[in-house]
Amino acid sequence: MGQVSTSPLRLVTSEDRGVQLPKTKSPLVIESEAQLRAFLSGLSGVDAVGAEARAAKLATRSLKKSTKLAALDLAISMVDLTTLEGADTPGRVRSLCAKAARPDARDLDVPHAAAVCVYPDLVGVAREALGASPVKVAAVATAFPSGRASMNVKLLDVREAIEAGADEIDMVIDRGAFLSGRVGQVFDEIVAVKEVCGLVHLKVILETGELVTYDNARKASWLAMLGGADFIKTSTGKVATSATLPHALVMVEAVRDFAETTGRLVGVKVAGGIRTSKDALRYLVVVNETVGSAWLTPDLFRFGASSLLNDLLMQRLKQSRGTYVRADEFSAD
Amino acid sequence: MSDDLTKSQLGSLTYDAAPESASIAHLQPAYGLFINGEFTDPSSHQSFETLNPANETPLAHVALASHADVDRAVTAARTAYDTVWSKTSGAQRAKYLFRIARLIQERSRELAVVETLDNGKPIRESRDVDVPLAAAHFFYYAGWADKLDYAGYGVNPRPLGVAGQIIPWNFPLLMAAWKLAPALAAGNTCVLKPAETTPLSALLLAEILQQAQLPPGVVNILTGDGTSGAALVEHPDVNKIAFTGSTEVGRLIQERVASSRKHLTLELGGKGANIVFEDAPVDEMIEGIIDGIFFNQGHVCCAGSRLLVQESVADEVLRRLIRRVDQLRVGDPLDKNTDVGAINSAAQLARIQELSDFGEVEGATRYTSTCALPDRGYWFAPTVFADVSQSHRIAREEIFGPVLSVLTFRTPEEAVAKANNTNYGLACGVWSEKGSRTLWVAQRLRAGVIWANTYNKFDPTSPFGGVRESGFGREGGRHGLEAYLDV
Repeated sequence: MGQVSTSPLRLVTSEDRGVQLPKTKSPLVIESEAQLRAFLSGLSGVDAVGAEARAAKLATRSLKKSTKLAALDLAISMVDLTTLEGADTPGRVRSLCAKAARPDARDLDVPHAAAVCVYPDLVGVAREALGASPVKVAAVATAFPSGRASMNVKLLDVREAIEAGADEIDMVIDRGAFLSGRVGQVFDEIVAVKEVCGLVHLKVILETGELVTYDNARKASWLAMLGGADFIKTSTGKVATSATLPHALVMVEAVRDFAETTGRLVGVKVAGGIRTSKDALRYLVVVNETVGSAWLTPDLFRFGASSLLNDLLMQRLKQSRGTYVRADEFSAD
Repeated sequence: MSDDLTKSQLGSLTYDAAPESASIAHLQPAYGLFINGEFTDPSSHQSFETLNPANETPLAHVALASHADVDRAVTAARTAYDTVWSKTSGAQRAKYLFRIARLIQERSRELAVVETLDNGKPIRESRDVDVPLAAAHFFYYAGWADKLDYAGYGVNPRPLGVAGQIIPWNFPLLMAAWKLAPALAAGNTCVLKPAETTPLSALLLAEILQQAQLPPGVVNILTGDGTSGAALVEHPDVNKIAFTGSTEVGRLIQERVASSRKHLTLELGGKGANIVFEDAPVDEMIEGIIDGIFFNQGHVCCAGSRLLVQESVADEVLRRLIRRVDQLRVGDPLDKNTDVGAINSAAQLARIQELSDFGEVEGATRYTSTCALPDRGYWFAPTVFADVSQSHRIAREEIFGPVLSVLTFRTPEEAVAKANNTNYGLACGVWSEKGSRTLWVAQRLRAGVIWANTYNKFDPTSPFGGVRESGFGREGGRHGLEAYLDV
């Protein structure tokens, strides 16, 4: 942890995001593993039954008419259009980039997606395909999805992705280290990756499906934010349980409390298994009613998804036409 | 700064109106008394209007039951008991109860809308709580009807006979289910009197009883006012009175029943304490406090209307609580996104206003939600009083509205002492991540129901009822059968 104490974290402040906040308290600086451990232990517990009940209650919110249309457009603009398959090819990535830049070729009012998310070796292809488009290129790095590699390999992975033109890095934490209590090691890795990232946005994947408990999700959220994460992200999408509404709720609460403590706004990305507009809008409601509409922007909330985009487009068209169209009306990418 | 961060921006993704359709209710212009399986005119030909408290528009005319009508209904119930119901096997009674439960589920949307129109509660609550729980009670007691031998009251326990049941306006359908289901399962016949301001869902339930082909007279439903209820209490051929309502009325009933052989159970008021320790799971605890006092506009006998919070976290809890209170969506009860609906009646609104004003006079610090209230109807913005003392009226009297009194404590002993320092004893909540402390506190609280890390959770399998001035007798669970068996 020596490295950490001598180089204070670079904190992205609310001013960087153009969000007005009153003067903040001093940022939390972690100086030892013992201090970090004590801090994480001091966080309030999460009552699982209560958290799930709260999420279920928020899921009953009914978005109609103009609210629904606005929410669908917002959700489209928050999609990190993702392909993370061994079978990915440059052609597939180019196709995905075209879709992200212009999700519905017939309707220019449809906002572009937030980013395309690919493996590091395809960052260059995506960068070139997107050209001057405002769509960002996100790369999963640090030996995604398991995170089982040496620190040097992880940092090299990140460096190469950034050199190839990545705007955003989605890193994974070492869940094994977290679960065995080596929180200092997890912290150091996040700090080291953030140092390599510099101004490149860092999303830290907690893999809540492997952390299992909501208490762990809350601790890991704080750990990642203290380490310098610009975003905390639920899942890789590569394990049995991906994003769930209660886990997202717990993470959004963490982001809110972190902002109140430090003044720094951290984003949340939910990923894996979100396929329908209905699901997506539920996440937006959780954000809206937990942390407020300041977070309802692609700068601070994202969906990691692929098939979700077409469902959002279909629902959007249904809102204006009154009827559903065939799935084949939209390009399958 | 922390307040400003989220408070000012919460909810700016405003939701367009998402109202449930009022026409689903299919209300008739006028309703008679449900006696002997049929809707009949009251002997006095008197009726009264029931209003939608959200906008003060009349919903329907309902009959006012006189002494003669009460007599007719009790006679019908007695005849049905003697000739049909006491000869009907438990398995057969279960069949009817299952049928009623299923019909409630089938007509749940209609029941939810009627309940919301007549009571003012949000459709989200009538749809997700009242109606499903009402069905669940019928399902649960249907299961007991043929197993009374195994309920722990000896072999072949006998029913009491005719039960007179008087229910309040806060959960009209649910309270009807709490009363009817165990009574019928145990083999009694019933005369049910719904509250004056909320008769409609019970009348819809009468239609469901017809649909279920329940034998005539087994359940009779009399709409009316206090005089109708008094006539039922005093009727000599009633074997049992079950009452849910105010302590004041409960006391009168007990006096009148005292000189008779009638069995009596009372479920009365409360001033529940929600006890928050410093290690409570903070986000869920805030939601629990909100549910405890703002669920059903605080028209809940077991409401957590006193918040006892450990002094070390009092400021933080209050800050988070007030932020959350400001977020509550108050308005059209039929809107699916409404959190807090209308106060049920002008009289209740006046009572809430009086006590709240008194809270300010007594020196408590008042915080009232900044939400906009509709122009018409009976409305009261969610309100929190801080700096409340044990001696304040708002800490002692049941307000029965969306008003929370916040007090502090320093040690578990003090928390218990303050929680028990009330004439009531219906429900309490304990919030802590430390199980041993939760149990220590729960064992020392004088209340019928103790919730740990939750509040206002109901289940048909769980007995519910109070001690001291909150009443006696239990509803729900195996214990609920005892109230309708001669044991």
